[in-house]
Amino acid sequence: MGAKKECIAMLLAGGQGSRLGILTHAIAKPAVPYGGKYRIIDFPLSNCTNSGIDTVGVLTQYQPLALNEYIGSGQPWDLDRMDGGVHILSPYQQIKGSEWYKGTANAIYQNINFIDRYDPEYVAVLSGDHIYKMDYSEMLAFHKEHDAACTIAMMEVPWEEASRFGLMLVDDTGVITEFEEKPKNPRSNKASMGVYMFTWKKLRAYLIADEAKEGSSNDFGKDVIPAMHNAGERMFAYRFDGYWKDVGTIDSLWEANLDLLNPKANIDLTDPDWRIYAKNSALPPHFVSKDACVQNSLVSGGCCIEGNIDYSVMFANVTVEEGANVRYSIVMPGATVKKGATVQYAMIAEGAVIESGAVVGEDPEQIEDLANWGVTVIGSNVNIGENVKIPAKAMIAEDVKGGDAQ
Amino acid sequence: MRANNILGIIFANAYDNVLGGMTAPRAMGSVPFGGSYRLIDFTLSNMVNAGIDKVGVITSNNYQSLMDHLGNGKPWDLARKHDGLFFLPPFSAQELERYNSGRLGALQNNTQFLEMSNEEYVVMSDCNAVMNIDLREVFRYHLEKNADITMVYRYGSVPKLNNRLVIDKITDGRVCAMSIATADREGDANCAANITIMRKALLESLLREANASNAASFERDVLLKNVTNLRIFGYEFKEFCPIIDSIQTYFDANFALLDEKNQKQLFVRGRPIYTKVYDDMPVVYGLGSEVKNSLVADGCVIDGIVENSIVFRNCRIAKGAVVRNCVIMPSGFVADDATLANCILDKDVTVRSGRTLSGAETYPVYLAKGIRV
Repeated sequence: MGAKKECIAMLLAGGQGSRLGILTHAIAKPAVPYGGKYRIIDFPLSNCTNSGIDTVGVLTQYQPLALNEYIGSGQPWDLDRMDGGVHILSPYQQIKGSEWYKGTANAIYQNINFIDRYDPEYVAVLSGDHIYKMDYSEMLAFHKEHDAACTIAMMEVPWEEASRFGLMLVDDTGVITEFEEKPKNPRSNKASMGVYMFTWKKLRAYLIADEAKEGSSNDFGKDVIPAMHNAGERMFAYRFDGYWKDVGTIDSLWEANLDLLNPKANIDLTDPDWRIYAKNSALPPHFVSKDACVQNSLVSGGCCIEGNIDYSVMFANVTVEEGANVRYSIVMPGATVKKGATVQYAMIAEGAVIESGAVVGEDPEQIEDLANWGVTVIGSNVNIGENVKIPAKAMIAEDVKGGDAQ
Repeated sequence: MRANNILGIIFANAYDNVLGGMTAPRAMGSVPFGGSYRLIDFTLSNMVNAGIDKVGVITSNNYQSLMDHLGNGKPWDLARKHDGLFFLPPFSAQELERYNSGRLGALQNNTQFLEMSNEEYVVMSDCNAVMNIDLREVFRYHLEKNADITMVYRYGSVPKLNNRLVIDKITDGRVCAMSIATADREGDANCAANITIMRKALLESLLREANASNAASFERDVLLKNVTNLRIFGYEFKEFCPIIDSIQTYFDANFALLDEKNQKQLFVRGRPIYTKVYDDMPVVYGLGSEVKNSLVADGCVIDGIVENSIVFRNCRIAKGAVVRNCVIMPSGFVADDATLANCILDKDVTVRSGRTLSGAETYPVYLAKGIRV
């Protein structure tokens, strides 16, 4: 056993993210690329390291290979530590048998031994699918100041969207008085961000009690938090004003990427005091040719841009050939858009190839019924043949030969 | 062949004097190049990509920025428990004097490092040749030819550098005649790229001999002198390989990277060029930005016009600014409506709004580190 830690973080990264469809067929949601050079998990991991939390357990279950490889020793986030550091925690066999993580609370329950090794006073429970920059040390200070058993990060959302979130009713002193899970008629617009700070002694007891309870779904939001609330524990809401986005759906992931190009979106990744770290492979600077036109876009290392790019995010090693047009799109690492092809309102996954003349996605303004419109997604390593047209909202997981109608 | 049986030695300060102000605050090895790199990255990556896991970087002065760049060697995977990166600065004032006398003095100062190394072979390299060379291939050639010494050379213009070896006659790879190029030598020739492979034991004995005879130059008194006594072989490198011998060649070598053929030869799949990682965000192109034929590194924010230029990491080109044929090193700032043509901006240079600076294609304006115009 190493040094005692005041606070460690447990990062829930086991979800399948089924709403991201083919983007998460082969990788867990936290490993999905975001923002030109990051993966979603870079945000909570960088937040931890920037907040002075140097011990992080990453709970994985669904398709962990890419995630395990990506996290590696934790060095890119400065989480390769003598004591602590980042640890991948998969379900494992125990004396009383083995089981998968049944729910978010059960995932932490199964790793009580891991947490106990560091003998922490506090445990932060984070989810691996949100884009935000947050100083957990300030949240911890708030938690200590209020002598709370549990502090939940909260942000005020527009009233018309409130019914999509887990909401909290909060009194003047910050005490949470009531919870509402995605209500039809919200009485509050204070949404839970899925970021929790617990006093470990308390959480530990509730996890054990929850595990013993028949019929519990072993979920934080459904079981553990209500149980703590009903028992009269001190529960506080910690207000957060920055940028925060759940990127659990195709549309929200697409939007969150394009938010980086929107000066009003309040997400600044250039801040040298709060860097978002990522595993970087050695890449040369990107090249923009004499015929290219790049507007309002993000372009990463190793790209070769010879076509036109407008309002788009280009990940590492993307090639856009002469005369190709990419608009309002996200093009992930190593993808190629060949001569004269058009990619619009689309997400192109890693290594996909759009052959010349193909048209992927549709402009919502050209569509009569907006209900039929949506972001088009091309799966990783998929080849879209010459002159093929892929309509709005389509999700393409397999090669489409040239000339085939879709 | 055991790759890790080769010791790498890099002369980080060789030819420091030819780059004027650019090497005033730094060693040759830490001169920024190609948008993301420092000159030492190329030779260091070449060594690492050949499986060499012990590299000594010999330096004499101005090495603070080099140390900062190399750190513990992690970006090159040289932060090892066993072997890895060795930083070899001068030990005393007396040693420093010997460094200034060139490569021979630098090696004589580090005989202890050589002695302490168990590797059978040594590969030595300067930093001012920009190339991606497969050193495994060179080593294979060295063994195949049963050579005592193998020198890498390239055919091209003779660099205007002191003590530059030119191979005058080469037969089946064997160097039969060499000479030191005179300052006025024009035209193309087979010029040493200053990468040399030999057995460590041979190097040590040559150094002892040189010491005894009070020799002054590695090129003249060691290599040239032994052209008939030793089996010296030349390995011709035919790909992109500019040798930097002046601010002008530095300028041109950067622009040569705008040619896709050269890009492909320097950035080879499977043999990446590693460099220190800064975690900058991808480049942000604003509305109305116009970028043509340029290399742009992560962390830049481009709102103005950039043509035929190399823009290093973390630079800002404001709206209305025009940058043509420029090399802009890290953290440069070109404010609105400033106009630059044929300039080299060293690190942290600011050009305030409305200013105009213009050099000639054959004589770029150089703005030293930290200057505000």
